[in-house]
Parts: sequence; C-alpha cells; structure tokens
Amino acid sequence: MTLLVGSLQLGLLYALMAAGVYITFRILNVPDLTVDGSFTLGMAVSAVLSAAGHPLLGIGAAVLAGLLAGTVTGLLQTKVGIQPILAGILTMTALYSVNLAIMGSSANVSLIGGGTVFTLLKGAVTALDMDTVKLLVSLIFAAAVVAALALLFKTQLGLSIRATGDNEEMVRSSSINPDFTKCVGLAVGNACVALSGALITQYQKYADISSGVGMVVVGLASVIIGEAIFGRRSVTMGLISAAVGSVIYRLIIALAMKSDLFPAFMLKLVSAVIVALALAIPTIRARLRDAKARRGGTKGGGAPC
Amino acid sequence: MLTLEQVSKTFFPGTANEKQALRQVNLQLDDGDFVTVIGSNGAGKSTLFNAIAGTFVTDGGRITLDGVDMVPLKEHRRARYIGRLFQDPMKGTAPSMTVEENLALAYSRGKKRGFSLGLPKKDAAVFRELLATLGLGLEDRMKAKVGLLSGGQRQTVTLLMAVINTPRLLLLDEHTAALDPATADKVMTITREMVARNRITTLMITHNLNDALAIGNRTVMMDEGRVILDLKGEERDRLTVDRLLALYSRESRKQFDNDRVLLSTAKDGGRAEKD
Repeated sequence: MTLLVGSLQLGLLYALMAAGVYITFRILNVPDLTVDGSFTLGMAVSAVLSAAGHPLLGIGAAVLAGLLAGTVTGLLQTKVGIQPILAGILTMTALYSVNLAIMGSSANVSLIGGGTVFTLLKGAVTALDMDTVKLLVSLIFAAAVVAALALLFKTQLGLSIRATGDNEEMVRSSSINPDFTKCVGLAVGNACVALSGALITQYQKYADISSGVGMVVVGLASVIIGEAIFGRRSVTMGLISAAVGSVIYRLIIALAMKSDLFPAFMLKLVSAVIVALALAIPTIRARLRDAKARRGGTKGGGAPC
Repeated sequence: MLTLEQVSKTFFPGTANEKQALRQVNLQLDDGDFVTVIGSNGAGKSTLFNAIAGTFVTDGGRITLDGVDMVPLKEHRRARYIGRLFQDPMKGTAPSMTVEENLALAYSRGKKRGFSLGLPKKDAAVFRELLATLGLGLEDRMKAKVGLLSGGQRQTVTLLMAVINTPRLLLLDEHTAALDPATADKVMTITREMVARNRITTLMITHNLNDALAIGNRTVMMDEGRVILDLKGEERDRLTVDRLLALYSRESRKQFDNDRVLLSTAKDGGRAEKD
C-alpha cells in the first residue's frame, strides 16, 4: 500500500517533468537535453529559497528559472543556428555550473527542518496526515499544470507552437515566426521540468547536483509508456497519458526495487533500455514485414500467409 | 500592385557552382492580374517566387507590393500579404493537426497570435461553409487529421488556407502538377473561382502550355533568369501552343526543353513534337 501511495506521489510530481518532455519531444519534435539541467535548476532554486524559509517563492522562482533555461536553448537553436540536440547539451552543461553556484558550490542542500509546500498545507489543515497531504499536493499540481497546458495548446499561440513541430514551412507561410514559437515551446517545457524538480526537492527534503542526470530519458520513458496505453491522439490526451505513464514508470521501478530485481544503480540503464526498445518497435515491425515479404518472394509465390 | 525592379540573385557566388538564377528581372502586376509563368527547367521561375516570398535575400533591386517595400521583411512577415502554394501537397499543411486547426492557423494570418481561443465555434462554422463550397465533402471531415487526406484534398485545403484572408498576392508554383489529371482539373477550377471571386493578384507557374494560355489574363515566359516574353491582350488571345513554342525558340535561340511540357502537350495532339 505504501509502495502504491509512494509511487503515486512521486509519479504525479514527475508527471510535470514528463509533460515538459512531451511538449519538446512530441509537440516541437525535438529531443531536448536541456531537461537534465533544468530539472536540477528547479531543485537548486527551490532548495535554496525553501531553506531560507520561502518554499512558495522557491517554486515560483524555479518556474521562472526553467522558462529562462528553455529560452536560452531556443535562442541557441534559432538565432545562433546550433543543432537542436547540441543546443540542449550546451545549456545543460552550462547549467551544471549555474546550479552549483546557486547551491553555494556544494553538491547537495538539505531542507531538514525547513518549510515546504507540503508542511505548509499540513500546518493549514492539521486533520490530514502527511501521506494524504503529499498525495493532495502532487495531485493538485499535476492536474493544474496538465489543465493549463491543455488550454494553452488550444489557443492561437498553442496552435502555432504545435504547427511548428509539424511543418515549419507551413508555419512561416501562415505569417508565424517559427523562431518565436520554438522558443516559447522550449521555455514552457523547461518551466514544467523545473517545477517538477522544485516540488521533488521539497518532497524529499534535499537537492542533489546529480539528480537531473538521465532525467530526459525518464521523461521519454513516461511519455512512451503513456502512449503504449492510450495511443497517440490529441495533445490533451498526450499530456494526460504522459502523466499516467509517469505514475506507471514509478510503480514499475518501485516494484523492481522491492523484489530485488536489480540494484538501485541499474535504474538508468533499465530506463534507457525501455526507451530504446519502445522506439525500436516500429523499425523492428517493418523489418519483420520486409523479411516475410522477401521470403515469400524467393519461394516464387508471394502467397498470403 | 506588385513591382519588381532589377531583381537579381546569384547562388554560390565566387565558387565553381556559381549560378545567376535571376538577372535584373523587371515585372509589374496590376491589381487583379492573373499571370501565368512558363519557362524551361532552371529558367528561374521558382527562384522568382522565392525572391518575392522572401525565402532568401535578393542581391539587388526592389520588390514592392501595394507600395510596401518587401526586401527588408523576413519571409514570415511577407506572408502576411502573400499566399503561396507549392507542387508538393505536403508542404502547405500541418499533417498531425486537423483540417479545422489548419484553417484556424491560416485564418489568423497577419494578426497577432495571443491567448485567445485558437478555434472558436463561430470560426468553425465559417470553415464548414467554405469547405462545403468546394464540393469535396471536406466539411464532414473537419476533425480529421490533414495527414489522412489525399493529395488533392490536402492541396485544396492549402488553397483555401492561402486565400481565407484574401492575400494581396497569390503565388502558385505548379500546384496541380503532383495530382492525377482529374483531381488537377478540379483543383484548377476551384483556383480560378477563388481568384476570380476575390480578384486576387496572382502569379501561377505551370508546365501545361494550354493552361498557361487559357487561364488568367497574361503570360510571362522566363529563360536563364530573365523575363523574355510578356504576353497579354489580343496578342495572347490569338496565340496557340505551337506559336508560343516558336516564339520561345526565337527569343532564347534554343528548343523549349521542359520534359514535362512535352508530355503535357503531346497529350493534346502531339503539337509540341512538330516544332
């Protein structure tokens, strides 16, 4: 039961990160590696401000920091003309230093004793136990962000961002500046990622400089798991399925850990394998179909099987 | 009114691949002109369109549209005034978005895209009505992803998108060439209706010389980055495809070597081969 509740809490908090990855990977059609850096950025900002007694401010500031990080990647892509993947790597690398600077050049910051959004709610509604509070806060943030994003992608600006990932040429001929829409998409995506990092920090009461490593793969895994269940439909469904995928991902990890299927340090390897396999499925299917057709061809019949 | 004065473009200057794609092109279109553009492969027809639409910066000369200097404007800014269709039906639409979403994007062309609803109900009603006039049954497929439509349907949607906010200039770059003959005819008919209804100033590249003479009110022939013939009025009305090809040979001192032109005229009685 605690395993389920814990996975649900973590899954919903990481769902914000998965939603951010969905925006860049599926809507803008760019695998954005900024995510590894902006997740830790959100953690660092949230940790330092929470430790100073401002957990809510920490969350707001983390969102702004994420927006900024995404914008930097966007500008590197559009104004400087750097390949999307490299642009993300550059921002991610730069953020490592920025994050250390924010955390006072120490590799981790502890929030033990400091306030968080969770203790704030617990203090306000004393009747609730801590686990319920954690679940409630996670659920509220995940639902609010998914709803806000779903709305955003129904606006004119949102339609423009979606079209940019689909057909940039068409966007330009509809008098939309694709450079601008790309930057907005990357900024919004990374703001979600940073928000996720900010909440995770307050949830686990510490920030660690290496928490963001491989985060983009975790996000992709969540998106792909969600799509395996719901298929690829509208953007609203995509955001919801990414969130559900995130919860399932946490559940799988928790179950694997509990059953000693693999040690904790194998986590990233397993995540990477899940994503690689999921992305390989269409190719494998096509190969199998071709192989079948070829065999049929040499037998001289091409008979239907 | 579209005016081009001394417009030039050289690709890869100073290298072995240097190509003078446009050589001091002068062209003036009056309001409501529907000009067909013909020329052999590599004559500079598409380059001319790219120069007008702002795909690249021209080397010299002036391009003005209704008094607005186009040269300093980037491609997406010029798109406020210019609608454009390409040969490839895939180019003009966003495949994973629905028909109505595509139209909504085009509908807000030239306006600032903000946080207002992208697809209000009243706009959807307008789109439904417009789609119904095409007679392709697309009004019942407004929620279908454009990627699921046929090439002809996609090109028709693109055409509607290009004219939904009447542009000051419409550029059609062989927009029916990739379609099967029956669909091409249909799309061409719809094109003529739309252009006539809104009196849109239009430039249309075509490889079908019959179309070139039958459609619109003026025909421009290009060769080696220059406009070599500009036909209108009675002179154009009396012209046949044979005479047109003869004129081309005289002006350019060579045979018209657009392979697709030969094919398309051969179909109409093999007149092209006689020249």
